[in-house]
Amino acid sequence: MIARRFWAWVVFGLGAAYFLLPLLATFIFSMQMRRDRLTFDAYLSVFADERFQSTFTYSLLCAVFAIIVGIIIVLPAAYFVRLRLQWLRPVMEFITLLPLIVPPIILVFGHIKLFNSSSILPLTNSTFGTDVLIVCGYVTLALPYMYRAIDTGLRTIDVQTLTEAATILGADPIRTMVQVIFPNIFVAVLSGAFLTFAIVIGEFVLASLLNRPAFGVYMQNVGANRAYEPSALAIISFALTWGAMGVIQLLDRFAPRTARQA
Amino acid sequence: MAEDFLRIDKLVKTFGGNSVVKGVDLSFRRGEFVTLLGPSGCGKTTILRMIAGFERPTSGLISVEGKDITDLAPNQRKIGMVFQAYALFPNMNVGDNIAFGLKIAGMPKAQREARVEEMLKLIGLAGYGKRFPFELSGGQQQRVALARALAPSPKMLLLDEPLSALDAKIRVSLREQIREIQRELGITTVFVTHDQEEALSISDRIVVLNAGNIEQVGQPFEIYNKPATRFVATFVGTLNTLHATVADAGAKTVTIGTTIATIPALPASAVRGEAVALTMRPEAVTLADRDIMLEGKVAEVAFLGSVIRLKVDLGGNLVNLDTFNDQRTPPPAHGTSVRVGIAASDVLVLGA
Repeated sequence: MIARRFWAWVVFGLGAAYFLLPLLATFIFSMQMRRDRLTFDAYLSVFADERFQSTFTYSLLCAVFAIIVGIIIVLPAAYFVRLRLQWLRPVMEFITLLPLIVPPIILVFGHIKLFNSSSILPLTNSTFGTDVLIVCGYVTLALPYMYRAIDTGLRTIDVQTLTEAATILGADPIRTMVQVIFPNIFVAVLSGAFLTFAIVIGEFVLASLLNRPAFGVYMQNVGANRAYEPSALAIISFALTWGAMGVIQLLDRFAPRTARQA
Repeated sequence: MAEDFLRIDKLVKTFGGNSVVKGVDLSFRRGEFVTLLGPSGCGKTTILRMIAGFERPTSGLISVEGKDITDLAPNQRKIGMVFQAYALFPNMNVGDNIAFGLKIAGMPKAQREARVEEMLKLIGLAGYGKRFPFELSGGQQQRVALARALAPSPKMLLLDEPLSALDAKIRVSLREQIREIQRELGITTVFVTHDQEEALSISDRIVVLNAGNIEQVGQPFEIYNKPATRFVATFVGTLNTLHATVADAGAKTVTIGTTIATIPALPASAVRGEAVALTMRPEAVTLADRDIMLEGKVAEVAFLGSVIRLKVDLGGNLVNLDTFNDQRTPPPAHGTSVRVGIAASDVLVLGA
């Protein structure tokens, strides 16, 4: 028994070391900007960089819009598939998995080919058009996570009976979705939102090829030209992602408890 | 008929190639409590869901107060409904659940709050407005669901097996409460259940359904005592069967073993020598003197409290006999020879 426990801990320790050691090394390296002691100078340098602030804000805004558009598209789709079109579920599963199979580079080339300056809808002609395009691209990249998060949320409630109960009380489909379904899967929607955020903040390919000042592009740029700052940036983005995951966990505790389902 | 509140005409529903409701005609009077009773798969829930608007009839008409509502969306029908799974909105407290329909109807806040209080009082849960559904027991949740359905003053109330998920004791007290509230409000109510005892105890009229067809419509007393078909007789209540042979069709006499008995219910089509099944309720069989007397042996004694149920072997026919408990006479012991009496007028003759 004790031996088994011991080996379990050994395996756990090895796994943890595999993940944590590079992180720790990066962290220590990021603090060695001054030769004689450990300082947070690299972090100060990153935060002081005007480009850090502007690219981070840009990516943050992209993430917010991608989350909103993603919810508007995925929530009704997943809801109606669960409610009335159960047979469509395998098709939905397949479509929402496509962004994991098709590399982003293909996606962005498709975008450029379809919406370039000589196309019917020349979105790449203007900055705003390109921003729209990049948000749409992010929605697509986040689709597998957003759909699964929302679908899992819908599975935990009795969608059909709740919908019927709201309908017979006079609610139309939109009211039912907004006031009854959405609040009960709010936590699931939030985890979808944070996953989208995590993807968008670090995304490089789309932003780079569409030539937009996103955080991912900035990170790559800094990585190519500086020594200590990229490590600091890596630690910062880790902290952000973990923070987002922590928030999901925290919100999960406040999830509305659903009624016993017969 | 002008007095009909809800009418169903030649209602048919097929799913794929499978017909679930096969041309049902029904009419409900205003303020009536009607139960759709039948085994699972008989089409009772489908009929209810078509009245609610959740299923579209394959053919046929549904009308309320003379107006055709067959194609009306469920949220336009002004119907209250209670579901087996309660279906309270988990994100809203009890008060908000009850106020949901009122809000949609556009009732001002002050009036809404007064109505919620009134409904909470009606269901005996005054002061529970701020609680959340998960803090309530099943019976309390179902009462809230009832209040929520009744709050917007719907034209009628549909109850889809609302008691099935509850414990036996709560089931009985809640069904009494439902009936009391229904009487008080005078609301036309359609109740779906597979539990015959529930149906008999609560309804003004019962519609017995089997395989998508109506077997019988009638008051509980009629359904139980004068079942129209073999299905109704066996589905509702317990039934004894005695095998007999027609002795004289004209005189309506049969032989049961060696006893000759006159059975008024014997159909005119019976022929001499034909085997017939005589049926009767357990309470129609007694240990007292009646016009048909049969010799038998007590095969089983079950003391149920106020009622004693005996199984008596009448020459190969095992018959249930219900008698009230009498403090002065203990029930006959197992194996005792007894004489069993049956009133000929209580005997039904059912077709095969």
